[in-house]
Amino acid sequence: MASQGTGYDLSASTYSPDGRIFQIEYAAKAVENAGTVIAIRTKEGVVIAVEKLVQSKLLVPGSNRRIFNIDRHIGAASAGLIADGRHLAERARDEAVNYRDTYRHPTPLKALADRVGLYVQAYTLYSSVRPFGISTILAGIDDVRGPQIFMVEPSGVFWGYNGCAIGKGKQLAKTEIEKLDLGSLTLSQAVEEAAKIIYKVHDEAKDKEFELEMSWIGPETDGKHQLVPDELRKEAARKAKEALDDEMED
Amino acid sequence: MNYLPGQTWSSQPAQHHHQFASASYNTDPSAHTSQPIVTGTSVIAIRFKDGVMMATDTLASYGSLARFMDIKRIEKVGENTILGASGDMSDWQYVQHTLDKLMLREQNENDGHILSPSQIYAYLARVMYNRRSKMDPIWNSFVLAGVDPKDGSPFLGYVDLLGTTYSASTIATGFGLHLAQPLLRKAVEGREDQIEEEEAKRILEECMKVLFYRDARSLNRFVIATVTKEGSKISEPYSVPTSWGFAEMLRGYGPQTQ
Repeated sequence: MASQGTGYDLSASTYSPDGRIFQIEYAAKAVENAGTVIAIRTKEGVVIAVEKLVQSKLLVPGSNRRIFNIDRHIGAASAGLIADGRHLAERARDEAVNYRDTYRHPTPLKALADRVGLYVQAYTLYSSVRPFGISTILAGIDDVRGPQIFMVEPSGVFWGYNGCAIGKGKQLAKTEIEKLDLGSLTLSQAVEEAAKIIYKVHDEAKDKEFELEMSWIGPETDGKHQLVPDELRKEAARKAKEALDDEMED
Repeated sequence: MNYLPGQTWSSQPAQHHHQFASASYNTDPSAHTSQPIVTGTSVIAIRFKDGVMMATDTLASYGSLARFMDIKRIEKVGENTILGASGDMSDWQYVQHTLDKLMLREQNENDGHILSPSQIYAYLARVMYNRRSKMDPIWNSFVLAGVDPKDGSPFLGYVDLLGTTYSASTIATGFGLHLAQPLLRKAVEGREDQIEEEEAKRILEECMKVLFYRDARSLNRFVIATVTKEGSKISEPYSVPTSWGFAEMLRGYGPQTQ
């Protein structure tokens, strides 16, 4: 990489002469090597799906969860350094509680994304810390703006999305999400589509085995962010595998 | 997590904070609750065959003024627990918020555990005792009722502004402790496992009527909440018929002169 050896990439508090901060770009590299995470927004709600690469066959199935509850109406999933993801989820929870303490109202998703974004950005300012090696998807419903997705990048910048993908398979996943008709999709259909995309982007040759982890929020969950029930998730996984096999035959 | 005031990741920490940290102290006067302001009256609750049942009226008084006539004094805490409050209504709202945060924290863990009524009760009792130990009590008497979702065992407990706790098959707070508790004991004690839901409701309605007759801070508009192992429900507010014929003969106060 061009930045190496120049000395401008040693600290998050140093600019390169053309105005870049290489430590942030390295953090983005950590995200690119992680298992894929996607989120899809429909009219009714949001679905998050994670390709959780299983580090060892000895791990208890279902352990090291990647999707977190932030508040009753908000969930989060990160791609990148797992421990950073857990830390930021904890911070997001604190911010959600702080909003509740101050305004006696569940936090609007955008207000939370704003606070989480500010926190992540603070780690791009000092030589004594490294930026977060994660991108984080925040998904939820609030009573004013309905279902929403925000994605916070290592720089601290965040945008709202109709559908988004981070991690290894993000390019292919984004192409697949773009093919969906998000305006007419039901939430249950979105669960199946999300499963299909995760199975599709998984690179069987290169990568370790994975667990499909999914959460949703919408009418089916009474407006609460919850993991997709096992039965439903397994059914979606089965259909995803089927669809993949059909594609192979063609 | 620790967030110190002025904390940054800078290698040159804010100097002023360190310099004066040892010498700084809070010079604001500290305020302690010394009396309740807007108050709710009695809570009454009993065990019955399928679980527990609780009643409160919907009044919040400002001194002797019947100030707010449609106040909820029973709330759900999770799916299997209800909490009834008498005493200061702003403290009651604070406690609701505190318990809501407790339940949220537990839910966020997403580990399959649900707090049982007795665990929520233990937490609330510690909050109450902690505040009385700061000489700044939460000015309420609470009745917490629920059914353990795992083994179906009923729970009924009392905790007040001093952190005093006890469990019993009938509980009453405030005026109800004097007027309703003896009636409840007579109707319920020893028969907890025989009383059907309908009878339990009749017992509580009778006591709410007695309280309305004799407690000048009460209202003939109340709710009854029930918890069974199927979950909890809180009724819409309603009234019971009363008769005031006996008052015809009363003399000595009111508009009558003779």
